[in-house]
Amino acid sequence: MWLTRPFSERSTQLFLGVLIAAMTLVTFLHLALPESNPLYVNAYTVNLFGKYLSYALLAVAVDLVWGYLGILSLGHGAFFALGGYAMGMYLMRQIGDRGVYGHPELPDFMVFLNWDSLPWYWAGFDMAWFAFLMVLLAPGLLALVFGFLAFRSRVTGVYLSIITQALTFALMLAFFRNEMGFGGNNGLTDFRDILGFNLRSDSVRLGLFLATGVALGLGYLICRAIASSKLGRVCVATRDAEARTRFLGYRVERFQLFVFVVSAMLAGVAGALYVPQVGIINPSEFSPLFSIEIVLWVALGGRATLYGAVIGAILVNYAKTIFTGVMPEAWLFALGAMFVLVTVFLPKGVAGLLAYRRKNSTSSSTPGNTSNTKEVSA
Amino acid sequence: MRNFPLPWPCAARARPASAWPALAWMLLLMLLLMPTLAHAQDQTQNQPQDQSDDAAIELLEALDVSSYADKGAAIEAIVTSDDSRAREWLQELLDGRLQRTDDGRFVVVLENRGRDWPVADALTGEALGEISRRNLERIGINNALRNQLRSAIAVVDLYSPDLERRRASAERLLGEVDADLAEPLVSVIEGEEDDQVRERLVQALAIHRIELGELDALSQLEGSLHPRVRVALNRAASGDDPVLADAARSALAGIEQQLKINRGLETLYFGLSLGSVLVLAAIGLAITFGVMGVINMAHGELIMLGAYTTWAMQQLLPGQPGLALILSIPAGFLVAALAGIAIERGVIQFLKGRPLETLLATFGVSLILQQLVRTVISPLNRTVVSPEWMSGSLHINDALSLTLNRMFVLGFALVVFAGLMLIMRRTRLGLEVRAVTQNRAMARSMGIRATRVDIMTFALGSGVAGLAGVALSQLTNVGPNLGQNYIIDSFMVVVFGGVGNLWGTLVAGLSLGVINQVLEPWAGAVLAKIIVLVFIILFIQKRPRGLFPQKGRAAEG
Amino acid sequence: MSFLGSLSERDRVFDFLMPAQSPVDVRHGPILYLEDVTVSFDGFKAINDLNLTIDDGELRCIIGPNGAGKTTMMDIITGKTRPDTGKVWFGSRHNLLAMNEPEIASLGIGRKFQKPTVFEALSVFENLELAMAADKRILPTLTARMVEPVRERIEEVLETIGLTELRHRPAGILSHGQKQWLEIGMLLMQRPRLLLVDEPVAGMTEQEMERTAELLTGLAGKQSVVVVEHDMGFVRSIARKVTVLHQGSVLAEGSMDQVSNDPRVVEVYLGAPDEEA
Repeated sequence: MWLTRPFSERSTQLFLGVLIAAMTLVTFLHLALPESNPLYVNAYTVNLFGKYLSYALLAVAVDLVWGYLGILSLGHGAFFALGGYAMGMYLMRQIGDRGVYGHPELPDFMVFLNWDSLPWYWAGFDMAWFAFLMVLLAPGLLALVFGFLAFRSRVTGVYLSIITQALTFALMLAFFRNEMGFGGNNGLTDFRDILGFNLRSDSVRLGLFLATGVALGLGYLICRAIASSKLGRVCVATRDAEARTRFLGYRVERFQLFVFVVSAMLAGVAGALYVPQVGIINPSEFSPLFSIEIVLWVALGGRATLYGAVIGAILVNYAKTIFTGVMPEAWLFALGAMFVLVTVFLPKGVAGLLAYRRKNSTSSSTPGNTSNTKEVSA
Repeated sequence: MRNFPLPWPCAARARPASAWPALAWMLLLMLLLMPTLAHAQDQTQNQPQDQSDDAAIELLEALDVSSYADKGAAIEAIVTSDDSRAREWLQELLDGRLQRTDDGRFVVVLENRGRDWPVADALTGEALGEISRRNLERIGINNALRNQLRSAIAVVDLYSPDLERRRASAERLLGEVDADLAEPLVSVIEGEEDDQVRERLVQALAIHRIELGELDALSQLEGSLHPRVRVALNRAASGDDPVLADAARSALAGIEQQLKINRGLETLYFGLSLGSVLVLAAIGLAITFGVMGVINMAHGELIMLGAYTTWAMQQLLPGQPGLALILSIPAGFLVAALAGIAIERGVIQFLKGRPLETLLATFGVSLILQQLVRTVISPLNRTVVSPEWMSGSLHINDALSLTLNRMFVLGFALVVFAGLMLIMRRTRLGLEVRAVTQNRAMARSMGIRATRVDIMTFALGSGVAGLAGVALSQLTNVGPNLGQNYIIDSFMVVVFGGVGNLWGTLVAGLSLGVINQVLEPWAGAVLAKIIVLVFIILFIQKRPRGLFPQKGRAAEG
Repeated sequence: MSFLGSLSERDRVFDFLMPAQSPVDVRHGPILYLEDVTVSFDGFKAINDLNLTIDDGELRCIIGPNGAGKTTMMDIITGKTRPDTGKVWFGSRHNLLAMNEPEIASLGIGRKFQKPTVFEALSVFENLELAMAADKRILPTLTARMVEPVRERIEEVLETIGLTELRHRPAGILSHGQKQWLEIGMLLMQRPRLLLVDEPVAGMTEQEMERTAELLTGLAGKQSVVVVEHDMGFVRSIARKVTVLHQGSVLAEGSMDQVSNDPRVVEVYLGAPDEEA
C-alpha cells in the first residue's frame, strides 16, 4: 500500500526511530524519576516539547508544499490558526457554565458583548467528533477554495507567496473584529477540559505531548509517502519545470491543489494540538510574521527532506525560548540574522550539512540552488 | 450715553439665543455711533489714551463681580462704551487672559507657561514684565457669558476695518439674526464691500425672513451648503405654512443633491490622498520588483528610515519644521538609497535568480532594521511637526474643505512619479536598466556594467521609499512599525497594477485608495481593508499579470 | 505488510495499455489543420493569417528567420497561447482551441521545447517514467507502482536514446546534447500521434545530429512529426516537405529544392544571411 511504502526507506526508519525514542525517553524521565533528580523532566517542559512537536508538524506541512511543490506559502499560519480555532471552539464549549459569567452555553466574551445566543457557526462544536472533523475541514476548505482559484489561473512563484501573505493578513484583520464571534483581540482562552480530562493536570499534558508526537509521526509518514510516490515525482517535476509537466499531460493545477490541501489539513491538525498545550488561540497566529517564520524553520532545517523541517522547527523554537528568556530584545536581531545567513550561506539547511555523509542515498529530490525557482518576468 | 441702562440680565442667564434682542439694540446704537466709532478706531494706534482711564477702569471693575448676571451687564457696558479698546477686552476676557493682580491692576496675560507669566497693562498695553501666577486672579466667565461675548465680538467686528474679522462675524451671525438685528443689517449689507461677507449677511437675513414666513427669501438660500442654512430650511419645511414648507423642501432637496456631490468629491479626495500614499510606498517597490525581479521585503523599513530622517532633521533644526522638511527630501532619499545599496551588496547580490530566497533574506533584514530602530531610538512613536504652510485646509465651499497636508502629499506623489518616468524613459540609466531587464547577457556584451546598473536601480527604488517615508511623516506618527503597515498594501498595488509597469502602479494605487475610501463608510475601516484584499486576491485569479500586463513570449519567463 | 500490499494489487489494466481517451479521426484528411490563425502581442502580429496542414504520418520541416513565429505557432498548437482569431483542429474531431495543455497532451501531441527542459532533480529513469503514457489523474498517480512491462518499455527507450548507463543519475548533470536526447526519449514514452520538435539538434555534435535525423525519419510514417530547425544541413538531410514562415505567415511550401530556389525565400534569407547560422 502506498502509505506503508516509506517504511522501507532508511531515512524514514531513522526518523521514526528517533521520534519514538525521544517520546519514550521524555515519558520515562517525567514519570519514573523523582523530582529531585537532575534529569527529571517537569510538566512544564513536557508541555514545551509538545509545543515544539506541533510546530514541527506544521513545518513538515510547509515543507511538503515548498520543498516538493515549489510553492512558497507565506500563509500557512492561517491554516494552523484555523485548526487551532476549531479546537479552541470545542474547548470553549467544554467550559460550560464554569466561565466568569456562568452562562450555561455562551462563552464569556459573548456574554460580555451582550449576545443572547451562539452564532450558527458555533453549533456542533460541543461535540468532540464534529470539532475534530472541523480541524481538518476548515483549513482544508479554505485551501481548496483558495488553491483552486490560484492554481487554476496559474498564479505561482512570488505572486502566490504574496497573495498567500495577503490571505493570512486579511484573516488576521477579520479575526481581530469582535463581530466575527471568535473573541476578537483576546481570542479563545481559559480552557478547562479536553474530552473530559482536566487540561491543567500533568498526565493530560503528557498525553497531549504523546498525541502530538504520534500526529507528527503520522504526518511525516503521509508526506513521505506522497513525496516518494510517482505523485511526488510529478510534484518535483512541476516545481522545476511546470510547463513541461503540463505538456506531458499532467493536470498540474490539480496536483498542486491536492498537495496544498493535504498540507493545509496537516497544518490544521498541528494548530489543533498546539492550542490545548498553550491554552490560548488568538489572531496573532494569523500574523504574516508567524507564517514567514515557519518558512524559516524549514529553510534552516533544509528543504525537501521533511526531517530537515522537523530539525529546523525544533532548533529555531528552542533558540527562541532561550533568547526570550535571557535577552528578549535580541531575539528579532537573531531571527533576522538567521533569515539572511540561512538563505545566503546555507541554502540546503542543516540537512544539507548532514547530507554529505549519505551521498549515496537513492533519494534524488533535493533541490538544486536554482532549479526550484522561476525568474520573475520583468 | 455710556451708562445707558439696557435690559441685559436676560442675556446673562443660560440661553444664548436670548442675547440677540439686546445685541440688536446694540447694533442700532452702534449704527448711530458709527461716525464716532470709526473715527476712534482710526486713531487707536496714535492715541491710545484718548479716553479717560478712569472710565475704563470703571468698566473693568464692573466685570470683577461674583454674579454672572452683573458680569453680563458689565460686558454690555463695555460694548456700548465707545472705548476703542473694547474689542480687545472682550476677546481677552473670552480667552481668560484678562486678569487682575494682587494690587488691583488689570493686566493681560501674554503667555501662561511656567510659574511666572509675562503680562501687559490692560489699559495701556504696556508690558509689565513677569508676574508670578499666584499673584494673578482670572476674571471668570461661564458658558452663557462666553456665548454673549462671542456674539458681542461678532457685532462689533461687523464694523471692523479688518476683513477677516468681518468675515468671521458674518459667519457667526448666520441663523442668529432676529427682528431687531434685521433692520440695521440691511444697511450694513448695503455698505459692505466684500462679496463673501455680503453673501453671508444676506443669507443670515434670509434665514430670519424665512422664520417670519417670507417666501421670497428662500431664493437667497438656494444652493447654500452651510449647515445652519439647512437647519433653518428644515425648520421651515416642518412649519405650519404649507406653501413655505413645500418650497423649503424643494430647496432642501437641491441642497441635499449638492451635498451628495460634495461628499462624493470629499471621498474621492480622501481616496486619492490614500492612493497617493500607496503609490509613493509602492512605486519604489515597482522598480525593484518589476524591473529587477527582486522582492524586497525590507522596502517598508526603507520607508520607515525616510520618515525617521525627517524626524531627525527636525531635531537638528528645532523651530524650523518647514526648512527641516524640505531638507529631509534629499536627506531621506539619500539615507534610504544608501541603506538600499547596503542591502543589495550585502544580501541580494548573492541571491540572483532566486526570488523566493531573496524574499526571505530581505525579510530578515526588515526584522533587523525594525529592531535596530527600537533599540537605538525608541519603541515608541515619534511625532513629526507639520510646517505652518502645510497645516490648515483649502476652503472650497461650506461643505467641502481639503486639508493641505494631504494635498501636498498628493502633489508630491505625482511629482515623484513624473520624475521616475523621466529617469526611466529619458536618461542613460533608464535605458541601461531597461536593457539589462530584457537581456542581461546581451546588455553586458554591449558594455553595460550590469552590476552597476543593479546597484543604481536598487538605490533608486530604495531612495523613492525614503521619499515616501518623508511624505508619510506628515500624515501619521513615525514608529518602528510604520513600514510593516505598508508593505503588504504596497505589494498588492504592484501586483494589481501589473509588474514592471509604472503606470500600472499609479493607476492601481490611486484606484485602490479610492475603493478603500468608498467602502469605508458602510463597511468600516477594517472590513473595507479586508474586502479590498479579497478583491485583489480574486482579481489576481482573473488576471494573474495585473491591470497592465506585459504580453508576448518574453513575458512567459 | 504483505497483506496490505496485496490489497492494492487489484486487477488493473496496465496504464500504458489503456486506450487514449478518444482516437484522432484522420479519415477525412490531415492530422493538423490551422486556418487563418492570427495572434498579436501588444499590437505586434507574431502570427498573421497562418494556414498550415500536416498530413497523417508526414515529416514536415518548418524554417524561417528569427521572429517568423515558429515557436509561437507551437505555443498555439499545444494550448499555451490562445490565438486572437482562427481555427486549429487536430484531425477532424478535436478543436484544439477549446482545450488546455494537459488535454492536448493526452490527445497525443508531444512537444520538445527549443531550450531543452528536463526535470533536472529527477533521474533519467524517473524523467521517462513521468513521460510515459498512463492514467495521469491524481490518485492513480499516487498509488502507481513500478511494474515489469513499464520497466521494460523505459529500458527500451533508454537504449534508443543511448542513456542506459546514466539511467539513475539526475538529469541535471547531463550534457546539452544528452538533454536533447532525453527530451526526445520523453516524447517517445508519450507515444504521441503528432510530435512537435523545436530545434532538436541545437548544440549537438555531427554524430549526434545524424542519429537524431535517423530517429526522426524512423518515426515518420507511424507518427506525424513537425520539426522547427535553423540548421539547413540537418533540414536538408531529413526533409521531404518544407514550409517557410516569414512574419507570421507561410511564405513558401514545397520540397527543399523548390523552396531554396524560390526568389522570395532567397530574399528573406539572403537579405539577412546571418540568420542562417
